[in-house]
Amino acid sequence: MTVQMIRNAEDLAERYDIAIVGAGPAGMAAATECAKFGLRTIVFDENSEAGGQIYRAITRNTPAARPYLGRDYWRGASLWEAFVATTASYVPAAAVWSLEQQDEEAELRVSVSGRSMIVHAKRVILATGATERPMPVRGWTLPGVMSIGAAQIALKSAGLLPEGRAVLAGSGPLLYLYASQVLAAGGVIDAILDTTPRRYWLQAAPHLLPFLISPYVWKGLGLILKVTRAVRVFRSVTALEINGKDRADGVTFTAGGKTVSLPAKSVFLHQGVIPHANLANAAGCEMGWNDRQKCFAPVVDRQGRSTKASIFIAGDGNGIGGALVAEFDGRIAGLAAGLEVLGKEPSEDLRRYGRLRQKALRGRTFIDLLYQPAPSFRAPAEEDVIVCRCEEVSVGAIRAAADSGVAGPNQLKTMLRCGMGPCQGRMCAATVTEILADAQQRPPTEVGTYRLRPPIKPVPLSEIAALPHTPDAVYAVTGTHSEH
Amino acid sequence: MFRSIESPKSRVRVIVDGREIEADVAASVAAALLGAGMTAVRRSVVGGEPRAPYCLMGICFECLVTIDGVQNRQACMVPVRDGMVISSQRGARTMEVGGQ
Amino acid sequence: MQTLPDQEIVVVGGGLVGAAVAWGLARKGLRPLVLDGEDLAHRASRANFALVWVQGKGLGAPHYARWTIGSAKLWPSFSEELKETSGIDVALRQRGGFTFALSESEMGMWSGEVRSVAAALGEDAPEHVLLDHAGTARMVPAIGKDVVGSIYSPIDGDVNSLRLFRALHAGMVNLGASYRAHSDVTEILPKAGGFLLKGAWGDVFAGRVVLAAGNGNARLAPMVGLSAPTLQSKGQILVTEKCEPFFPYTSTTLRQADEGGVMIGDSQEADTSSIATSQDISSVLASRAVRTFPQLANVNVLRSWAGFRVKTLDGLPIYEASPDHPGAYVVMCHSGVTLAANHALRIADAIAGRAATLADARFSSRRFHVSQH
Repeated sequence: MTVQMIRNAEDLAERYDIAIVGAGPAGMAAATECAKFGLRTIVFDENSEAGGQIYRAITRNTPAARPYLGRDYWRGASLWEAFVATTASYVPAAAVWSLEQQDEEAELRVSVSGRSMIVHAKRVILATGATERPMPVRGWTLPGVMSIGAAQIALKSAGLLPEGRAVLAGSGPLLYLYASQVLAAGGVIDAILDTTPRRYWLQAAPHLLPFLISPYVWKGLGLILKVTRAVRVFRSVTALEINGKDRADGVTFTAGGKTVSLPAKSVFLHQGVIPHANLANAAGCEMGWNDRQKCFAPVVDRQGRSTKASIFIAGDGNGIGGALVAEFDGRIAGLAAGLEVLGKEPSEDLRRYGRLRQKALRGRTFIDLLYQPAPSFRAPAEEDVIVCRCEEVSVGAIRAAADSGVAGPNQLKTMLRCGMGPCQGRMCAATVTEILADAQQRPPTEVGTYRLRPPIKPVPLSEIAALPHTPDAVYAVTGTHSEH
Repeated sequence: MFRSIESPKSRVRVIVDGREIEADVAASVAAALLGAGMTAVRRSVVGGEPRAPYCLMGICFECLVTIDGVQNRQACMVPVRDGMVISSQRGARTMEVGGQ
Repeated sequence: MQTLPDQEIVVVGGGLVGAAVAWGLARKGLRPLVLDGEDLAHRASRANFALVWVQGKGLGAPHYARWTIGSAKLWPSFSEELKETSGIDVALRQRGGFTFALSESEMGMWSGEVRSVAAALGEDAPEHVLLDHAGTARMVPAIGKDVVGSIYSPIDGDVNSLRLFRALHAGMVNLGASYRAHSDVTEILPKAGGFLLKGAWGDVFAGRVVLAAGNGNARLAPMVGLSAPTLQSKGQILVTEKCEPFFPYTSTTLRQADEGGVMIGDSQEADTSSIATSQDISSVLASRAVRTFPQLANVNVLRSWAGFRVKTLDGLPIYEASPDHPGAYVVMCHSGVTLAANHALRIADAIAGRAATLADARFSSRRFHVSQH
């Protein structure tokens, strides 16, 4: 048996037992579990290739062609092989733009090959992964500036290495992982500007023990050693800004009490990842603040059930755990959703995956606390720094609204348009919450975040118009039961 | 800002703002543009500032370009195809005269 | 819990109506305190269609038609003064508005309504023109073949409603008002010389109180001896990405904001209390938009949005001073943008001057008592 690849909207069925959104580690693992039950399972993935971001291009990369990607990356190949061998349907390049719980089921609206369709599923598993936390600094909108995740995607999927002077800035393991991959591939990184405050080692220290017995420790130390031998590393960097008029030509920052300027043709930024939960948010799933990870995430139980009964959320989309945790999370949600559809009791497998997940989470607290981005990068003070890149709303405008007592992110949106552009707040929501919390001295959990509405990705009017016009909807718009 | 470190396996040709470039068949439009030495792909809608692909994973909407006549497509989400015509954008969507 | 300093006048509600009244009161030298709710409170002001609209309004209620026309005429000077007090240009454009009909029956129904309103107003009726497809296409060449005709009225227009909201807030504070969010008022106790307003946040004593809490007035008005019964009415719109200018006029169902985005409306649902949008309704809205302007077919929708209208039993505003509890007022209506000029300049002046009636006496809620007996 192999997955049924669907590339045209017309080939979709109206109903499935389980619909999974995302084909990264959580999505592929969830689909594999669901399909074992013989349930009608469909996986929608926005990318044209499976793997998610972590296993980007796993379906065509080989260790021979791209050996520099490192051992952890190739774990994705076995996930893909297992997924491909199932009876699930798999729809690449499919954007699910609306999700709604209706009675006991869920309704999805998905755009495939330029056409939107409505699909119903008894259970939905959102495996929408993570996005990089925005890192708003002066100059971050200039060409030549990119996220480190993006640079890594360019390497994984297209074999692109930085050309000319390249600087990495921010915090988190990805700085060192990406640097090591670049070095292994024969590239050069000029400098790493590590913005991790020195005091964060103290805040993380009590959680050192589980970290020391986790697999992270040796990998992490090995990477850092390898990279620091080859690359200049500036630590406890503050006051970072990117210079340049029409494109980046350098960086200026403070480190060790000195202001330093370096030329750079490419500047890559990263300060960790946060759940990509736009679809869950728009579906009305309750969101909660995770103070250790400094982000909003959908509220889920141990098996991934959200506050909407038909919607499960697995992997980084419900809180950051990394690829291995996401995989077990996906298996757990897949099993739990499958058992619910079949009306069966929790199985031993479910408990076993739960234990594996716990093991994979070991050391996470230490990493979360050590690599918490510094407050000055989460809630910048520089008034001219752009926060909402789409509507070009600055720190100063947001802080002024905060000072005048704006009720929260949604009123702020009304006032300033931040979050109203095509990215639908993906690039500014986290920063807006943090700035309001900082300026109004309120906890982020109270400040809240944007309430989103479909479509969560832009969809042409003609595609929406071509979907069925129900009598109730016609009546609501025209006041009559006929459209003609 | 990038260079390709691989010899081409299977190449396609696309037209970017009237110039022909080569790209790997498996690349996204954004990766093809970056690999060809292009960074800024548009002028922003509100302030007219130059903007370039930022996230390469469908999140940031900075890489919006016109592909085969369709405006505001995310270059990072669309695989290249031989003969594709890509153009950079300036500001807001222009209206298509006459419609469909 | 805290007790705020005593206030001479408090406005309950910081939406378009409350902010316009507070702006007007501050303009008259008062220092109103605006108490507003939470970030995710039901807020009609976040879901309005931004029209300054007269056409067809006031069917069977000529006093409402006159009230609306008056506000539309006040708008130019109001927007100038808003700009002076806030530094914000709200992009008022009164270049004329269309109602596009996609069938003969729609054309017949709407033109009948506009004619009836005009007949009741006599010489005061604003100009309107009935156009067939060709006549419409001469003015708006981009319309689709499905547009059978339209009603055009030169008096109609729109503003940038988000900037209007910000201008009112910034302006009222500049003029001396103050604003406090997270201060939902749940109880009002009439006391000697004023009112004690209470909520989970604490309380405040106010010499006078203006209830501008939209649908929330239904609950609050009886506490000051008034009534403000409402009906459930949910409206939904679609918003697109920004486009180059293509439609210099405005219309009841489709307009282009000065920033480029296209707003597409609207719907009416009476049977739901969920604030979430309905994608079934989005399909019908999208279809009508593309039939009206075929060149919108490829334009991307960025979001759907819904809100609950402030709808009284007859759909008309309530403006009333409490006879039992002098110093308490109810101000509420649908069309908070169109009527913003009236609220800021006329209603606020009446309250500032302690007038016994705020506007035409027919806007009193006593009209509902009569019909119930």
